[in-house]
Amino acid sequence: MRNMLAIFQKEMRSYFISPIAYVLAAVFLVISGYFFYGIVVSFSNQSLYYVQYSSRYGMQMPPLNLNEQVIRGIFGLMSFISLFMIPMLTMRLYAEEKRSGTIELLMTSPLTTVQTLLGKFLACFVLYVLIIALTVIFMVILEIYGSPEWGPIISSYIGTLLMGAAFISVGIFASSLTENQIVAVVISFGALLMFWVIGSAVIFTGPGAGRVFSYLSIIEHIVDFHKGVIDTKDAVFYLSFTGFFLFLTYRTVESRSWR
Amino acid sequence: MIEVEHLTKYFGSTLAVDDISFRVEKGEILGFLGPNGAGKTTTMRILTCFLAASKGTARVAGYDVFEDSLEVRKRIGYLPENPPVYSDMTVQFYLDFNARIKGIDPKDRKRRVEEVMERCAIRDVKDTIIGKLSRGYKQRVGLAQALIHDPEVLILDEPTIGLDPRQIIEVRKLIKGLAGEHTIILSTHILPEVSMTCQRVVIINKGRIAAVDTPENLTTKLRGSERLFIEVEGPADEVSRKIREMPEVIGVTVETGRNGGRNAFLVDSKVEVDIRAQLASKIVGSGFGLLEMRPVGMSLEEIFLQLTTEERTE
Ligand SMILES: Nc1ncnc2c1ncn2[C@@H]1O[C@H](COP(=O)(O)OP(=O)(O)OP(=O)(O)O)[C@@H](O)[C@H]1O
Ligand SMILES: [Mg+2]
Repeated sequence: MRNMLAIFQKEMRSYFISPIAYVLAAVFLVISGYFFYGIVVSFSNQSLYYVQYSSRYGMQMPPLNLNEQVIRGIFGLMSFISLFMIPMLTMRLYAEEKRSGTIELLMTSPLTTVQTLLGKFLACFVLYVLIIALTVIFMVILEIYGSPEWGPIISSYIGTLLMGAAFISVGIFASSLTENQIVAVVISFGALLMFWVIGSAVIFTGPGAGRVFSYLSIIEHIVDFHKGVIDTKDAVFYLSFTGFFLFLTYRTVESRSWR
Repeated sequence: MIEVEHLTKYFGSTLAVDDISFRVEKGEILGFLGPNGAGKTTTMRILTCFLAASKGTARVAGYDVFEDSLEVRKRIGYLPENPPVYSDMTVQFYLDFNARIKGIDPKDRKRRVEEVMERCAIRDVKDTIIGKLSRGYKQRVGLAQALIHDPEVLILDEPTIGLDPRQIIEVRKLIKGLAGEHTIILSTHILPEVSMTCQRVVIINKGRIAAVDTPENLTTKLRGSERLFIEVEGPADEVSRKIREMPEVIGVTVETGRNGGRNAFLVDSKVEVDIRAQLASKIVGSGFGLLEMRPVGMSLEEIFLQLTTEERTE
């Protein structure tokens, strides 16, 4: 536990003294802020139109749903940005240790591969949580000017974090395969993109294989979270996905001693 | 304290370490000597559990490096060939981090960090980012890292590389001072270093052990020949052929081709036979001009080269 904490703090510190965490957080906030603004403006235009329309024709319109349009849009966007952001957060974790030779220090010190791995994973995950937490501002703004339902917001956050954990595990795995950070980014981005689009394979495969593919799709499982439904099946998917890739990473790091 | 038996390591199909066995007693300093690519680093990496052996066993303090890797790692301080430093940390933070991952009690941490900084003379750079340090300072930080948990066994891969002459002396003194309570293996290419610091030397070449002995014994025992330096006016190959005709001569090495048909040779002959008079008359009698002749002592360097070079003139 103490060892894991030491690794965790080392990684955290390294994130915060390099500009990468700040740059990524800023980019994330700017892009999602811009889209938040855009979505909100278009939503309010639409509402205005609705109001005029119903007063002019005296018709009862179906109520507009803030959750469906604004919140789902924002969270969808967050997942999409994470796809680009997380490989950049994870690229360093093992690749840099290998390149600089500090992996030799870690592996000859009395700490286990699991402690190192979990320390690194948690550091990255906590940083991700912090970046995602910045978007709470948007929800507060919505709360001030509108009346969003907090249920789906909270479940969407939970889904986003679970998905983030899965992304991070793929990123760490990619980082453990190489000593080149750029290669690590390319591998993890490629792999994540594949898990992102794999659900669409149903177009050309039969419905049987299509079900498998859509089960493996990393975004398929977040849909329910966005609707406010926390389904254990989806949570289990993300957790086992994360566990699987962390296990692969563990094997890769350990196997260095078998070569 | 350290027992290595029939250790063999393949990288793919290349044989890096070939069936080596040796022991190091508690409190001893063992020097690991060999040319580039001899397998020194590989052997040390196996001892420190970084690599797994292909065959054979190694035990440190009674624990097998493979089966009880964690117990071994608790007892070893290791300075790899390239100091394993994080270039974005300050020296003090780095050592503190090391103290933590090496299981030092939280309340002793600060004191231990201070102690090793003092010992390795790096206190004046304690707030400097390691990436900005010179190679020699990085080396000292690396050494401090190996010492921080006061390990029973120290494995130092070329500890004095990159240091200035004064620091080399300091570090050697430091290492000698650590012997007794610590068991030390150090590798080096520098021969005087071995005779100065080590009680025993393992000479390793192409993955095999060429000799194991004390530095003193190596110098006397391996001195299987007397050696003369001569400078002769005459064609190199003919002169050496003539010299080789003498039964007492073991080998002839052409040292350098000099101007005007002069050549220098190193003549090795059997021990305790003075061939100088005979050699002189042989050379002059063959019609060459003898310009200089003097005996040369054999240094540890030459013994080393003899043991590790294949093309010996014999
Ligand atoms: N990771 C590796 N993969 C493949 N071959 C390796 C690896 N590490 C070492 N070797 C090979 O093993 C042999 C021994 O290398 P090693 O680094 O142990 O030599 P050394 O005695 O430490 O040399 P030096 O004095 O240059 O440090 C070399 O031929 C080297 O090419
Ligand atoms: Mg080496």
